[in-house]
Amino acid sequence: MNKQDKKSDHGHSHGSATHSLLPSDPALRVKAIETILLDKGLVDPAALDALIDTFQNKIGPKNGAAAVAKAWTDPEFKAWLLKDASAALASLGFSGMQGENMVAVENTAEIHNMVVCTLCSCYPWPVLGLPPSWYKSNAYRSRAVIEPRAVLAEFGVTLPEETEIRVWDSTAEIRYLVLPIQPEETKGKSEAELAEFVPRDAMIGTAL
Amino acid sequence: MNGVHDMGGMQGYGPVPIEIDEPVWHSDWERKTWALRMAMGAHGKWNIDMARHANEKLPPEQLLSFSYYERWITSLADMMVDAELVTLDEIAAGHAAPGTIKNPSPPSADQLMKGRASGRQSRRDIDAAPKFSVGDAVRTNCNSPKGHTRLPAYARGRVGKIIIHHGAHVFPDSSAHGGGDAAQHLYAVRIAANELWGVNGRAKDSVILDLSESYLEHA
Repeated sequence: MNKQDKKSDHGHSHGSATHSLLPSDPALRVKAIETILLDKGLVDPAALDALIDTFQNKIGPKNGAAAVAKAWTDPEFKAWLLKDASAALASLGFSGMQGENMVAVENTAEIHNMVVCTLCSCYPWPVLGLPPSWYKSNAYRSRAVIEPRAVLAEFGVTLPEETEIRVWDSTAEIRYLVLPIQPEETKGKSEAELAEFVPRDAMIGTAL
Repeated sequence: MNGVHDMGGMQGYGPVPIEIDEPVWHSDWERKTWALRMAMGAHGKWNIDMARHANEKLPPEQLLSFSYYERWITSLADMMVDAELVTLDEIAAGHAAPGTIKNPSPPSADQLMKGRASGRQSRRDIDAAPKFSVGDAVRTNCNSPKGHTRLPAYARGRVGKIIIHHGAHVFPDSSAHGGGDAAQHLYAVRIAANELWGVNGRAKDSVILDLSESYLEHA
């Protein structure tokens, strides 16, 4: 794409103006862009560090696990979560970017839910953090909707033949959290203990 | 646009690359890419729909061969040039143009943390009543818009049922191209797997998509 084609987004031009001008090695590519932005004062290094620290250390699947554990032990909270997940999760402090409109879907003995974003990588950041690579992979994005059982098998999950599978494709600004079935062996444990029994993938629907 | 980003139902991408105990980022450049995208977004020069479309517009061979964060850094550079925050000469040189006066106040950590915490609500209040109700049968359209859209190709021209009305939200097909919010009602539409995949899908299973009202008609 040549330079004359820039600025023509309204004509829906396609292609990348910058790709051929940037170093091909991704680390060098990022370094070049960072250098330009620091030179121009367009980013504050302290702000970059704060963002990274937040998603490296503070926001992650522990949040979602705490919410699930609460739903397993508190029927009122569970009902609230299933009725108005945004408000219920916000009451635990889990809200913000990529979690503005949450819906929780409950797995049961009859129905198994799983979540995908076939068009990009939409994922509920406040409750699960940033998505794992597999969630963003071409393989998961392409296959989850057409062969969910084959995909689940790769995660070691085999569901009974009669189980109904619902795959939620996150095509808008609604973010989904799967409420897994509480494992039998964890019945009677406290909410705090239970949070240890909620793997991230169970809240995406690729684990039980 | 009908692009390779629209992957739902494609075959041949191989097994899901599951990584046990995966770190949030695999390298410093991945981490930096993510933070740069977030920090540059705070300049308010583009919205989330424009940002998604910037990824989609990468040439298909790059989109497929790039890693996730290679897509992100490259489309970030494209958006910054489009928004005139950076020039192509600067991209080629790898540093700011000589004589550039440094902006004294980039988005601060506090500003970005507040933005993260408050989020960016896509929901809008509109006067128009919803055209559909929960339980209605609907058919998705078969259009092939050249720009950004959120009706995946695999779900076009299919019949499903409204299961949730999400209220009115920004319409990405408009917002991605600077056309404003053009908010519409948004619905979760459940489409049976055999409606999507014929004999390769079970009637009992389904895919649920969140679809803007103008993607739908009564069926």
